[in-house]
Amino acid sequence: MDTLVLGISLETLAWLIPGLPLLGALCNGCATLMARRSGQVAPKPLITFLGVGTPFLSFMVTTFLFFIIRSTHHSIDTAPLFTWMAVDDFIVPFSLYVDQLSIVMTLVVTGVGSLIHLYSVGYMAHDKAYDRYFTYLNLFLFSMLILVLGNNLPMMFIGWEGVGLCSYLLIGFWFQDPEKAYAGKKAFVVNRIGDFGFLLAMFLLYTTLTQQGVDMRGGSLNFATLEAQRQLLAPVATTACLLLFVGACGKSAQIPLYIWLPDAMAGPTPVSALIHAATMVTAGVYMIARLNFLYLLSPDAMSVVATVGAVTAFFAATIGLAQNDIKKILAYSTISQLGYMFLGVGVGAFSAGIFHLVTHAFFKACLFLGAGSVIHGLHEEQDIWKMGGLRHKMPVTFLTFLLAVAAIVGIIPFAGFFSKDEILFQTFMRGHRVLWAIGFATAGITAFYMCRLFALTFLGKSRIDPHKEAPIHESPLSMTLPLMILGLLSLIGGWIGIPEVFKGHNYFHHWLQPVLGAGTLINESAHMHGTELILAVASFLWVFHVGLIALILYSQKLDWIKRCVKKMDWVYNILRDKYYVDEIYDFILIRPIHWLSQQILWRFGDEQIIDGLMVNGSAKTINLAGRLLSLMQTGWTQHYALFLAAGALGLVAYFVL
Amino acid sequence: MILLEHYLIVASLLFCLGLLGVLFRRNALIVFMSIELMLNAGNLVFVAFSRFFGRMDGQVLAFFIIALAAAEVSVGLAIIVVMFRKRGTIDINEASLMKG
Repeated sequence: MDTLVLGISLETLAWLIPGLPLLGALCNGCATLMARRSGQVAPKPLITFLGVGTPFLSFMVTTFLFFIIRSTHHSIDTAPLFTWMAVDDFIVPFSLYVDQLSIVMTLVVTGVGSLIHLYSVGYMAHDKAYDRYFTYLNLFLFSMLILVLGNNLPMMFIGWEGVGLCSYLLIGFWFQDPEKAYAGKKAFVVNRIGDFGFLLAMFLLYTTLTQQGVDMRGGSLNFATLEAQRQLLAPVATTACLLLFVGACGKSAQIPLYIWLPDAMAGPTPVSALIHAATMVTAGVYMIARLNFLYLLSPDAMSVVATVGAVTAFFAATIGLAQNDIKKILAYSTISQLGYMFLGVGVGAFSAGIFHLVTHAFFKACLFLGAGSVIHGLHEEQDIWKMGGLRHKMPVTFLTFLLAVAAIVGIIPFAGFFSKDEILFQTFMRGHRVLWAIGFATAGITAFYMCRLFALTFLGKSRIDPHKEAPIHESPLSMTLPLMILGLLSLIGGWIGIPEVFKGHNYFHHWLQPVLGAGTLINESAHMHGTELILAVASFLWVFHVGLIALILYSQKLDWIKRCVKKMDWVYNILRDKYYVDEIYDFILIRPIHWLSQQILWRFGDEQIIDGLMVNGSAKTINLAGRLLSLMQTGWTQHYALFLAAGALGLVAYFVL
Repeated sequence: MILLEHYLIVASLLFCLGLLGVLFRRNALIVFMSIELMLNAGNLVFVAFSRFFGRMDGQVLAFFIIALAAAEVSVGLAIIVVMFRKRGTIDINEASLMKG
């Protein structure tokens, strides 16, 4: 790319996108370390300037590149900055790939990311480790951008691991609390299981291509190489896709590896918003969309993805019905919405999945930041039964939360309506009627639990401890400003993809067409408009009424709710205890592994065999032999002479006879 | 007629006598004398073979052994003298401190 902008090439601009947050992370990290050595905290204005400034700059660069790509319709494939690995014919260049898909993702990551950085300034203002927090957050943004922009699978994997690391660091940010440190560890370990699948898939792809003798000097696992050679990959496509999907399940919290995400709420709330709602957890969806050419080769893998997505969406939504922690509800709703995205990409509607990813980033970030604002205002209270009536005390939070709830529930014309109905419509049109029914039911459940959350938090009478009531106030501007922007985006964010049936131009799908090709929409021909309209209206009416019922019940008829819960307490208990999945995993996997590690590997293998037999055993043998031999050393000269004579005799006997 | 075998028999008898003396006598002086006996048994064998094969290297070796014996005795007697001064005895079983 030789186009020059103000004397700077486009490639340099592309490198600036991940480079700026990295710079922020490095500077903040150094400042933190230097301050800690003298037992202080780094100067806050400096940390804020770097920590928030670099993501914003990165966002501006991204926006600029977006407009360039929009006008030129060219993707930018940078020359390698350096060759990361060159072993024989396995070559991994370190270069970026900016196309229509990755620029959308980058816009979301840097845009929502910057807003959340700004929000963190207010939220973490009184934290002792303010500097460390921003170091991690910038590092996360860098990793995420490498994941999104890398032009080959290994680079995506660097980002993949990097975000996993930052997620671990930030979940366990308050590591003095053992429970939070444990949650970080859990997330890390569960993610490793997924990463294992990702690695195996890379090995498989590489060996397949090598055996076919493909010339891979430009980079062994470049997306472009893979796409060009996809016919050679057809025999292993199903295995590779399923292995990659294991990775996606870990990172994007799908059944059976979703268990870490609810616990990840132990981290600071902006972290939950950024990492565990808007960006990192959507990496799996992005990866599948990026490798759409591979997934299209394997209908089996696609249907696995779609089924797992739909089941996860339903499963997590039902758990969300009975949770009482405001962040836990949002966590389960995130898992559920991610399920929708996987349903979308699984049925082949990649652009619909990505569309939902984008709108979800807006409204879920808004919901989490709103929840953070509430938690902040109520001094770390997270139980929704101890809230209520906050609409007067926190008007901005209330209003933005309302917009985001309307978006996730799917009210026309909010963002979630267009993206979710796109997915459901595509599922229906491609003949997955059962999955569509699951998705449709899930939409209703989503409406119910989101409105329950909203009603219990903001409507009705206050159930807050009286002595806590007085100091409740609206959050500072640094927190409400991101809320307002994200609230606005929750309203208008979906308008980029209004389908033709609503007199839109489906701009978003046409934008992704060059990347996703066959994976975009079924042509929206006129005779399908009827079906689409019926589905959309049915779904709208369904969520609207369910949501309304939930709003009324939970704001005014709490007694009735309590009686109902009492009558059906066994269902309620199962949901509240999350179907006992954690307990089942504990019983089936964790306990046996613990037992194996402790009794067999540690007590027997390590202590008995290695320590006992090998280390101490050899020492003891030598000691014993020495003791026995030292008995011969009587000190009497004549004994020595006797041994000497006997030895000489022995030698003579040996040689002569 | 005195043959090589006779020399060898005498030498081995001398050697065995010396060995028995080293093994069973406690007096350090006697032990030393027994060692001399063994060395000279060796000398006798060397000289006998030298004569038998008509070559001189056996006799050269015999001279070496005589010189070695002289050196050994001078060191050994010095040790015995010191031992006697320290302990008042030259019984080698008394010198058994260096046991394992």
